[in-house]
Amino acid sequence: MLLLLLVSCRSAAQQQEEAAFYLQNKGSDTMVNLALAWAERYQQENPQVRISVTGGGSGTGIAALMNGTVDLANASRQMKEEELAQAQQAGYSPMEFVVARDAIAVIVHPQNPVDHLTLEQISLIYRGKINNWSEVGGEDRPIVRLSRETNSGTHVYFLETVLRLGNKDDKTIFSADTLLMPSSEGIIAEVSDNPNAIGYDGLGYVTADVKTIAVSADPNGPFVLPSVETVNNGQYPIARDLYMYTLQNPPTGLVKAYLDWLLSPSGQAIVTELGFVPVLTNP
Amino acid sequence: MTRQTKQTAPQQDRLVTLLIRLSGYSSILLVTLIFIFLMKEGLPALADVGIGELFTDRWYPIEGYFGILPLISGSLIVTLGAMLVSVPLGVGTAIYLSEVAPSSTREVVKPLVEVLAGLPSVVLGFLGIIAAAPLLRRLLDLPTGLTAFAGALLLGLIAIPTIVSIAEDALNTVPAAYRQAALAVGATPWQTIWGVTLPAARSGVLTAVMLGMGRALGETMAVMMVTGNAPTLPHGLDALFMPVRTMTATIASEMGEVATGSAHYQVLFLIGIVLFLFSLVVNVLASSVSFRQRKRAERLLS
Repeated sequence: MLLLLLVSCRSAAQQQEEAAFYLQNKGSDTMVNLALAWAERYQQENPQVRISVTGGGSGTGIAALMNGTVDLANASRQMKEEELAQAQQAGYSPMEFVVARDAIAVIVHPQNPVDHLTLEQISLIYRGKINNWSEVGGEDRPIVRLSRETNSGTHVYFLETVLRLGNKDDKTIFSADTLLMPSSEGIIAEVSDNPNAIGYDGLGYVTADVKTIAVSADPNGPFVLPSVETVNNGQYPIARDLYMYTLQNPPTGLVKAYLDWLLSPSGQAIVTELGFVPVLTNP
Repeated sequence: MTRQTKQTAPQQDRLVTLLIRLSGYSSILLVTLIFIFLMKEGLPALADVGIGELFTDRWYPIEGYFGILPLISGSLIVTLGAMLVSVPLGVGTAIYLSEVAPSSTREVVKPLVEVLAGLPSVVLGFLGIIAAAPLLRRLLDLPTGLTAFAGALLLGLIAIPTIVSIAEDALNTVPAAYRQAALAVGATPWQTIWGVTLPAARSGVLTAVMLGMGRALGETMAVMMVTGNAPTLPHGLDALFMPVRTMTATIASEMGEVATGSAHYQVLFLIGIVLFLFSLVVNVLASSVSFRQRKRAERLLS
């Protein structure tokens, strides 16, 4: 028994020694599951590499990058100019990579005649100002609002981009009678059954049982359905880029190898698996 | 040889007594420790967030709205609704099993009720979201089926086995002489059940209802899946047919992501304290009811 323990200890120690390459990856909570999935798969394919992934928020990741404590920072927003200046003062030249895209689809019951809405209409619906489908060109039915729970990154992004229309000073919150569903499946199940319902979810989670709404930021259109193409060419309004920042411009060694793999078809396949939108290398 | 066994017997007794006493103390100790922990983590919320802010009607913790009134009312509505379902069905089943059913039927029905008790609540919740909520929406013409009523139905199902088994035990302990006497003076079987057996077993039946209520109050998973989790304050009697958010569902869905020691974290523990106090009240009521009734029954018998 003791011998066995010793042997297992030694082999673990050997593995540690073999893992000659370490990568520290930190930042955005929205991206933490994606970053973990990437790291796991990459370590399987390259056993000599160890990647540690932590969340904490985009700002935390960028701050760590400026201190030089991480090799790669995840961020769901672009680096601010003062952050860039601070990093350059510290002797680094961060380089930006768009590694995935995040899009939110607005969904309704397949038999709901409404097929397009403006961002403002969606905002008014979720604020509790529009309460009947007839006000947005539908049948005379009450609107049942569905949302993800407040701990979901999708919830926060929807709040900032749609409900508050990107206005940072706006302190509007969801109407109190918004149903908060604990899972994506819960939203899809209710929307696919209930003709009164409106919901939203990450584009990758939307199934064929529900109808996706075409959205426009401009009241006059054009109204755009979310898809890999419309998200990548920037036409769909409820979408954002997800970034990784490196310490050096251009990156070298392991960081470069890892980023190349992330942007390869096998890296981007994981993006699709987790409900995000892959980056098209040749748009 | 015999002398030796005589000497060891008291020692064994002492050992067993000690072990039993320790296990008795351990449960008291555990409850006390849990309570101290809840107090330590939750009470600072009263100072940090403020009592005035806590007793408002808006719950949106990520923007600093910490009104817990909708959560308390949500739990109460769902629990009371569950009692409306489970008390008639549970007590009725217990009366049927104990007083009416032939023993062959009892041997089939009793294990089935116990199977219901063993059903994981997440399975019931899944059935609720797939079957019960859509059905309720169509039957009652509601905007959505994800309402307090759907939660109450599922919680009723969850509380029924508790009520049935305890109430049936209570009915079984009513002496046969009571029933025989009632029947002998010409009472019908129903008059006997309603006028004699049930009142005689009242303390046990009330205990059963209270324990079923405690079970419903603390249930989380099924409720979280079917009640819609919208933190609204009820305005009228139709609140039962509106979405609600319970205290248990709030703790379960938000505890995972909250920063340790933050105001949100403290308020979630405070909700835990409120839940703890609610179930304490229910349990104290249950035991005081059964205690008082026993004394009266003894008085009657003497």
